[in-house]
Amino acid sequence: MTDAVALVPLFPLLAVLVNLFIGKRLSKKAVGILACGAVGASLGASVLAVAGLMAMEVGHRSVEVILFPWIVSGGFQVPIGFLLDPLSAVMILVVTGVGFLIHVYSTGYMHEDAGFARYFLFLNLFVFAMLLLVLGNSYLLLFIGWEGVGLCSYLLIGFWFTKDSASDAGKKAFIVNRVGDFGFILGMLLIVYHFGTLHYGQVFARAPELFHAGDLPMVLITALLFVGAMGKSAQLPLHVWLPDAMEGPTPVSALIHAATMVTAGVYMVCRSSALYELAPVILSLVAVIGCLTAFFAGTIALVQNDIKRVLAYSTVSQLGYMFLAAGVGAYVAAIFHLVTHAFFKALLFLGSGSVIHALHEEQDIRKMGGLKKYMPTTHRTFVIGSLAIAGIPPLAGFMSKDEILYEVFNAGKGTGWVLLWIGGIVTALMTAFYMFRLVYLTFYGESRMDEEVEKHVHESPPPITVPLTILAVLSAVGGFLGIPVIKKWNIMHNWLGEAFHAAAEHTTEAATHAASAVSHLTVELGLMTVSVVVAVSGILIARTIILRRPALAEKMRNDYSFLYSLFLNKWWVDELYDLTIVNPLKRFADMCWSVFDVKGIDGTVNGTAKVANVSGGVLRKLQTGFVQNYALGIVIGLALMLVLAFF
Amino acid sequence: MLDILVPDFRVIAPELILIVTAFVIIFWELITRTARHGMSIFLGAAGTLVALAVTASLAQKTISTFGDALVLDPFASFFKMIFLVGLLLTIAISTRYMVDEGTKDHSEYYGLLILAVVGMMVLATGRELITIFLGLELMSMSLYVLAGLFKTDVRSNEAALKYFVLGSFATCFMLFGMSYIYGIAGTTHLRQIGRAIAENPALLADKGLILGMFTLLVGFAFKISAVPFHQWTPDVYEGAPTSVTAFMSAGPKAAAFAAMIRVLMEALPLMKTDWELLFTVVAVLTMTVGNLVALAQESVKRMLAYSSIAHVGYILIAFVASVGGHADRALSAILFYLLAYTFMNTGAFAILIFLRREGISGEKLDDFAGLSRRSPIGALAMLIFLFSLAGIPPTAGFAAKLSVFYAAVQGGYYALVVIGVINSAVAAYYYLRVVVVMYMQEPATEGGYAGTSPLLWAGIALALAGTIVLGVLPGGVLEAARLSVISLL
Amino acid sequence: MQEELILGYLPILVFLIIVTCVGAGMIIASALIGRKNPNSEKISTYECGMVPIKDARQRFDVRFYLIAMLFILFDIEVVFLYPWAVLFDRFNPVIFGFIEMVLFIVILLFGYIYIWRKGVLSWS
Repeated sequence: MTDAVALVPLFPLLAVLVNLFIGKRLSKKAVGILACGAVGASLGASVLAVAGLMAMEVGHRSVEVILFPWIVSGGFQVPIGFLLDPLSAVMILVVTGVGFLIHVYSTGYMHEDAGFARYFLFLNLFVFAMLLLVLGNSYLLLFIGWEGVGLCSYLLIGFWFTKDSASDAGKKAFIVNRVGDFGFILGMLLIVYHFGTLHYGQVFARAPELFHAGDLPMVLITALLFVGAMGKSAQLPLHVWLPDAMEGPTPVSALIHAATMVTAGVYMVCRSSALYELAPVILSLVAVIGCLTAFFAGTIALVQNDIKRVLAYSTVSQLGYMFLAAGVGAYVAAIFHLVTHAFFKALLFLGSGSVIHALHEEQDIRKMGGLKKYMPTTHRTFVIGSLAIAGIPPLAGFMSKDEILYEVFNAGKGTGWVLLWIGGIVTALMTAFYMFRLVYLTFYGESRMDEEVEKHVHESPPPITVPLTILAVLSAVGGFLGIPVIKKWNIMHNWLGEAFHAAAEHTTEAATHAASAVSHLTVELGLMTVSVVVAVSGILIARTIILRRPALAEKMRNDYSFLYSLFLNKWWVDELYDLTIVNPLKRFADMCWSVFDVKGIDGTVNGTAKVANVSGGVLRKLQTGFVQNYALGIVIGLALMLVLAFF
Repeated sequence: MLDILVPDFRVIAPELILIVTAFVIIFWELITRTARHGMSIFLGAAGTLVALAVTASLAQKTISTFGDALVLDPFASFFKMIFLVGLLLTIAISTRYMVDEGTKDHSEYYGLLILAVVGMMVLATGRELITIFLGLELMSMSLYVLAGLFKTDVRSNEAALKYFVLGSFATCFMLFGMSYIYGIAGTTHLRQIGRAIAENPALLADKGLILGMFTLLVGFAFKISAVPFHQWTPDVYEGAPTSVTAFMSAGPKAAAFAAMIRVLMEALPLMKTDWELLFTVVAVLTMTVGNLVALAQESVKRMLAYSSIAHVGYILIAFVASVGGHADRALSAILFYLLAYTFMNTGAFAILIFLRREGISGEKLDDFAGLSRRSPIGALAMLIFLFSLAGIPPTAGFAAKLSVFYAAVQGGYYALVVIGVINSAVAAYYYLRVVVVMYMQEPATEGGYAGTSPLLWAGIALALAGTIVLGVLPGGVLEAARLSVISLL
Repeated sequence: MQEELILGYLPILVFLIIVTCVGAGMIIASALIGRKNPNSEKISTYECGMVPIKDARQRFDVRFYLIAMLFILFDIEVVFLYPWAVLFDRFNPVIFGFIEMVLFIVILLFGYIYIWRKGVLSWS
């Protein structure tokens, strides 16, 4: 049954090919069925494969399906193959499962769009690339998927390419990602240099044999790979592209820029845990960057007025959490949060899409309000998602976020780690606040909509509400995959445990360390209480400020005007980049063009071409057309050869 | 006195099938006195396919017979496949061209094509100088006639005569060299020559042997059109019927390479240092002259002729690399290159045929103007063939060049690689010029094409498939080529 | 061994030298000892007692060459029968040698039919 894994990426690819060749001739309905059916079939194959994996003995749950040799070049061999183990199993289920729901949602959301077939072509291609990314058995395949999803992301952000802002956002995403990819490629080259292969199994097996923890090559490799992850998962300082990416259609934001693609960096770090464990410095760096990003993006989300931008910064912030978890060696917690986040963030984005759709593409929350009565399903599901992300027990977000905070607290390596934990808690407070600010401004209070718009507000059709409902259920109960306190019942830990052997030692060590100081259970329950209190207070603050005393908001805005504009303008990072990197680069490029290119390179190239052309013309004259000359040529050639041989 | 035993006919089974096919084609026409091409094409294609199947079924075997004068080993089988694929492609693209040109001699045309392939196969299987010579002459004679197939066309006549005179001249050199080698080694059998030299190292310094080897190589160099023995190539390629040119530029060259590799590897491996230097010089000259002169051509057909000279130069790099590098990798790169070249070059010529219509030869650069608008698929196919010839990934030409350069790097021939890469850059110019004309110029004249035949499209499709598959998945074929050259080392 | 091989060709060398000597000797001898009394009639081209009207080096019909070439082709191929006949008893089995030669003749026959049907032999 595990062989079914080979079929998982195949279905979306087939759909892409069909859509590519005859997509224009198919009706919208047929295209929708084709696209959804492909991802659905892929989901079925994934379930089958994972079921096969579950049937295998614990500790040996790893299957490699080699499809064919791709590059055979002396000692360097890259077979195309898929690696199915607990980690990739979780990932393919998330990608195909959430992906399927979003495909269904898209058939409703994009129904009026002229580029319907093109949209699903890209979306299926994205699913294919993403599956390649998580299923590949080597860094090279991962990288191909990595670039593939990057391309699809670019194409889909700029889907409405006639809009300048959309095509600019697409370019920005692509270019910022290239910076990260640059690091990633260098990291891969270093791996090839040191290990002679890119195959996961071989690299991870050899790494502990060849290197000690903290050796320079390991530090370099992991640091460079992490640069790639920073780009793809929008971590500081490469986070700038993600908020702009919201120019794309909303389901795209849900699938690519919340649930799947942006988590690729987290997946990659967890997949490479064997390498990261050998570079504790970089692991700490991952944790610090994650925490900083979580905090930083949270502050920005507090004051944004575009519904999708709030969610975008929230995504950046939650990704920070995942890296924070990975950085303290809690890979299981990171993946757990990745899964739950995929559920509730997809839900929130799709919900926002439903709202935007109902309000005729209005995205400004200041022009919403009171939508509760018009859109009951959207409202209900959105609130569930918000409760989940805010961390209210027993919803999914509570379980995973709490586990991360617990692991961070327990990592205990001095005051620095306490600061990380505090950062996490503060971010949790902000999360609860900005999410409920969003909820209250959108669904409660007085309507601030234009009258014209208000007349047409309506609940969305079933293709939109059904996926919302399913995702809401998942967001509500998904957390039970990783029940805290009672380790025996923690499915996530039991399932993923074997994927992170090296990491397991690390955490047990930390756990015993912590256990010696305070009783295990007390700490866990205590931390849980803190989280819940924080979450509830966040919600209450939001309620007070937004609903009860709007004047207070105004006052705060004036009293802390510096902070407000700092957050509103996203800490002026974009402006800083423009000033220090983009503009000087443009000037430098201009100079290169006018001096280097036109005079130097073009001159050289034209000169070379001229020389080649002239000598070609001269040589052509030797071609007289007379047989006797040719025969003479042969004799002279032989004579020269003999001269060469004898003298 | 030894008995003369019944030979193992499996060794020459594909040859026998082809000979019978050629006879049937010629006599079918003689007896029925039809002037239609259909039967000839059908019989030719069927015979080729059967021969291909037989060759494939024997591909793993190593059998020698006729007193070890002929040997069927994986090396020979690989080359036989190249020839048969080339023949199949040629038959596919010839149909419409021959009908359009209105030639009556179609049975001779297909018969001679097939007999030329028989000659090539003998070249690839021969392990004895006389046998090799026999194969070479069978191939050459057929080609001389094919070049002059259009009896009323002056250029075709000129091409045939030039080819014949110069070919005979080169053959004289070859025979001269063979006689010297025979005189000194006392045998014409390749393995025995190699043994004689190994047992008596004093022979290595023998000027007669060196003279013999070099004059023999002049003959081969003429057949593969290496500089400075290349001058017949452009004239003959331009004058000969386009389908014949397509055929001549791939198969016969591969056959000459096959025989040359076998002679040098089995008979004269101890003289490596002598021919290493020779081929280094020849490779550089061949690449450079071929590419530079191709730059100055206005006729696409002539440009392709010069480009075929340049490609021989690249292949010779790998041949040099077989001395100082990993011989198996270097030689397998040659085999792979020849197969890739068969696909992409025949494909490019197929497009020339496709372009031909009343009043337009389809050979001039201007004929390509605006092709992308008149026939998008034809233009796309030509684009892929040209990209492959220029060595742009992911095409067969790229994989072939990569394996050649890789072999040279392994052998430490960095200077050769650098020259090769520079030459590829120069070559890209004249290939891409055609692309520019196809895609960015307005068509000079309006009007469609003479009716295309499904068979021509099938040929183009097969060439395209080969070009792309070898480019995307070169691993398997390269490995097969490597396994097939091991028996020579 | 090498010396032996080359020595084996010594008679041919001697033969070549003798032939050259005889041929050249005759011409040289006749030039040296022959009497010469040239007059205009004697050095003019002989054309059945008539006054020569044009150069003797003129073109022949290409069909002469064709027939001559075909004759040589068949002539040379018949030569193959001699070694075959000499070695006939060494074929094992004998019938194999017989069939081979029959095939050889048949192929020649095919060639003959071909030129015949193509009209090479009809002169008009």
